[in-house]
Order: sequence, then structure tokens, then C-alpha cells
Amino acid sequence: MSASRSAGLLLVAPALVLVMALFVYPLTYSVVSAVSDPAGGVGAANFIKAFELYSGDILYTIFIVVISTILTGLVSIAIAGYLTMGETPWLVSGLAWLYRWPLFIPFIVAAQCMRTFLAKNGIMNNAIVAAGLLEPDQTISLLDWRGIVITFVWKQVPFVAMLLAGAMASLDRATIEAARNLGASRLRCLVEIGVPQVAHTLMVGLVLSFVTMLSVLSVPMMVAGSQPTMLTVDMAFRINAYGDYPVANALGVISYLMTAITAWFYLRYSLRQHRETLT
Amino acid sequence: MTRPLVRRAPVARMLSGAVKAVLLALFAFLIIGPLANLVLWAFAERWYYPFKLPVTWGVRYWEVVFRPTGVAMASLATSVSIALLTVLVALVLSIPAGYALARLRLPMRGLIMIAFLLPQAFPGVAVYVNLARIFYQFGLTGTIPGVVLVHAVHALVFSVWITSAAFAAVDRDLEFAARNLGAPAMRAFLTITMPLAAPGIFASAIFVFLESLDEFTGTFFVGVPNVSTLPLLLYSAGMGGNYQIASITALILLAPSILFMLVVERFLKADVLGRIGR
Repeated sequence: MSASRSAGLLLVAPALVLVMALFVYPLTYSVVSAVSDPAGGVGAANFIKAFELYSGDILYTIFIVVISTILTGLVSIAIAGYLTMGETPWLVSGLAWLYRWPLFIPFIVAAQCMRTFLAKNGIMNNAIVAAGLLEPDQTISLLDWRGIVITFVWKQVPFVAMLLAGAMASLDRATIEAARNLGASRLRCLVEIGVPQVAHTLMVGLVLSFVTMLSVLSVPMMVAGSQPTMLTVDMAFRINAYGDYPVANALGVISYLMTAITAWFYLRYSLRQHRETLT
Repeated sequence: MTRPLVRRAPVARMLSGAVKAVLLALFAFLIIGPLANLVLWAFAERWYYPFKLPVTWGVRYWEVVFRPTGVAMASLATSVSIALLTVLVALVLSIPAGYALARLRLPMRGLIMIAFLLPQAFPGVAVYVNLARIFYQFGLTGTIPGVVLVHAVHALVFSVWITSAAFAAVDRDLEFAARNLGAPAMRAFLTITMPLAAPGIFASAIFVFLESLDEFTGTFFVGVPNVSTLPLLLYSAGMGGNYQIASITALILLAPSILFMLVVERFLKADVLGRIGR
């Protein structure tokens, strides 16, 4: 028994050591560097400086990531709901084939696509003009926070929708059929019967999307202008231009805190679910 | 799929069919449009306002990109070799780890699974920045081994979790039967467990390969100035305004991903997928 336990630990050890050394150690280092005062000891000097310089960007980042996450959730629920309850076969298969395309496209490629797609004279505006909905000089460039939100939603919706579609497919159809028989519309079935049952999967997908969006450097750099910009770009600039590790790390800790708040909501929800199933 | 409960008049059905077709076309435009845009730019030699489509079509930029001495071919070679090395490192680490997590009784198993999830749970830019600084002290910045290590840590969660699920899906009775017939443990592992887990392991290898090929942020901090991967080339071409080269590079990056998307169902079977994370 103990031989197999130590054998197991030995087998897992190399992989664990790599994660500890190359991720947990720099992570801890960044937190330590952020809270250390230039005069020695612990202090909030770096955070104060970070807020002075980047408070606008912090709010900008929170705003973009929260809106993107909410939109991703809504669109994914709509897509997964239609895939589960759609009554037009060709529309369901068309949707199922289309929605997965952005899934395997890396963020840097998506950023490049959107740079030209959303520009003032990009394909999207050209199509709108060709359809006669706008005059050529009325087109607007979406290459600002709206472009970043669109890129994030475009990239994350297939992932969350796929998780939700899988979860909804394994729901007991009887619950939905019963509601339909009693006259509920499909939208009502989705909102009151489908979504509550897949809420756990939805939260997992949204939390993962939230963290992913806070880690992306390519999209804010390539899709939007430089003022204001997201925290990832600020961190990169702080290091490359000034070599100012403490303040950059302070920004990093702020992004960890954003993630931690989201994770806290998820844990609270999970614990409540757990307690409800136990009692 | 549920049956419609109410039959509507043919005209109403045709109209609603037309509306649905328009909605689907709009959705298709939003999903495929940006990608089609890449293809257009890849084959455009000159394209400027106010023209809706490229002014001159041609493959001139493809010649520029695929020139043997060109920077793109070197970046492609660097990207592919880094990706292959990352797969090697990830497999060497995660096959033992996955087997241990699936088959052996580990203390703090839940904690260990979470430890592998950490690189995906924290925004990575600050970590990469500090890692680059640490690597600088060891002389690992701007080197291929440095970049391979960064890619491997980032992709280890896919590798370990999927490999663990693949091993868990192998029927233990088959291993026991082999052991009963006198096979030593290693032989049973190599001839029974590994071949049965192979499709899942191969799928995790492909995930790791794609993650490494597409990785930008870590390489941006650890790889400069010497290591030039395709994503870095795409970034500098895009920011430099050379949309043709950026689009061609993007298409090169996309090809393995799309290929994988079309064949993934063969390798990731439902019973393996269902065990990921357990």
C-alpha cells in the first residue's frame, strides 16, 4: 500500500515540480514583489502608484471583461438552447456546423481577422453599405472597446456553447416535454427549466472565459488603440519601456484579485448547490 | 428535437422559414466573415479604400512568405520544432502522472489535480513577465529550451487531465487478466494499457501541439529577441500594416487547427471525454 503510494507520488513528481517551479514560484514572486515597499518591508506604495497611473485602464479592463462575459453567457445560452429545442432540422444542423468554427482559432489570428473586419472600411462595413443600410461616409470603425468585446465574444461563445449544448443534451427530456405540453413557450422552457439545470456548467465556462480574457495580450494590442487599454498591455509596456517590475506586478495582483472575486462567486454557488443536495 | 405542437398556415410557415434563413445567413456572416476576410487579404496584391474587394489579385505575397531564405519559413520551422519538443516534454511528464492519477491511490489527489489547473486559473501576463526575469538569470531567455518549458507548463493541464482520463477509461479487468496469465506489470502496461489509451494520449498530444503552435504571450516575453515563432511574426506583420503577410501567416497557423477540428471526433471518444476532470 505505502509502496504504491510512494510510487504514485514519484510518477507525479516531475510534472508537479515543473508546475511549481515555472508557475507557482513566479506567481508567488509577483505577489511578493507587488507588496514590497521600495524602502524595505511591506507596503502599498506600488499599488498606489499603479492606481495613479492606470486607474482608468483598470476600470476599462473590468468593464470590457464583465460585458464580454455576460454577452458570451447570453449568446451561448441562446445557441445551446436552440440546438436542444429547435424544431427546424436544417436550421439546427446549420447552426451546429457554424458555431464551432472560432473554437480552434488562436487569439492572435482572431485579432488579425477582426482588425480588418471591423475597420471603417472593413468587410463588415462594406457589407452594410452594400446592403444599403448606411452611406459610405457614415460607417463607423469598431476598433475600440467594442472591437475587443466582439473579438472576445466571437472567440469564447463556441467554447461555452459547446459545454452547454453537451450539458443540455444530457438533461432529462421529460422535464422539458412536460412544460411544453402544459403550453410553455420554448423560451420559457429554456430559461426556467433548461438553464437552472445546466447552471454549474455555465458557471465553469464563464469563469474559464473570464480568466482567459484577462490573460490575452494580442487582442487589446492589435484591435484597439493605445488610450485607454487593458491591463495586460500596460503590464507589458511597463516592463519593456521602464523595467518597472514592482508596479507591473502590482497590476498583475490586481488582475489576480479580479479573477479571485469571480472564483469566489463560483465557489459560493457550488457550495450552496452542494449543501442543497445534502439536506 | 421536439415536434411542433401547433400546425401553422403554409404562408406563415414560408415567411418564418425565410426569416430563419436570413438569421442563419447573418450568423454565418458573423462567424465566417472574419475568416473569409483573411483569405481575401491573403490573395490581394493591392487593396485600398474605397474598393470593396482587392484591386489586384495575385499570389505575390505567397512567394514572399514561402521564399526559402525568407523570415516566414524560418519562423515556421522554429514554431514546429518548438511545438514538437513541447509535445515530447509534455508526454514524458504526463504519461506517468496520468497513469498515477488514474490507477494508483494518491494522497491529496484532488489537490494535485488542482495544482495542474493553476496555469489556466490565473491571468498569465504577470507570471510570464517574472518568469522571463528568472530565466534571464539562468540564460534561458531567447533560447528554444526556455520557450519549450514555458509552453509545456501552460499546456500541462490538458496533457495530464486528458491522459489521466484516457488511462481511467481502460478496463482494469484486461490488465488483471494479463497479470493473472503471468505478465509482469511493465509488460501489461506496455502491451495492454498503453495501446488502449493511445487514442486519448494522441488527442492530448495534438492539443499540446496546437497550444504550443499558437502560443503568443509567453513567447513574447521569454522568446525575444532570438526566437521568432509564427505568432510573433503575425503580430509584427499585422502591427506593421502588412496585412497580406499577416493574413498568409494566419492561414498557415490555422491549417493544423482546422484539420484537427475536423478529425478530433475520431480520437476523443465519449467515454474518455466524460472522465476528464474526475
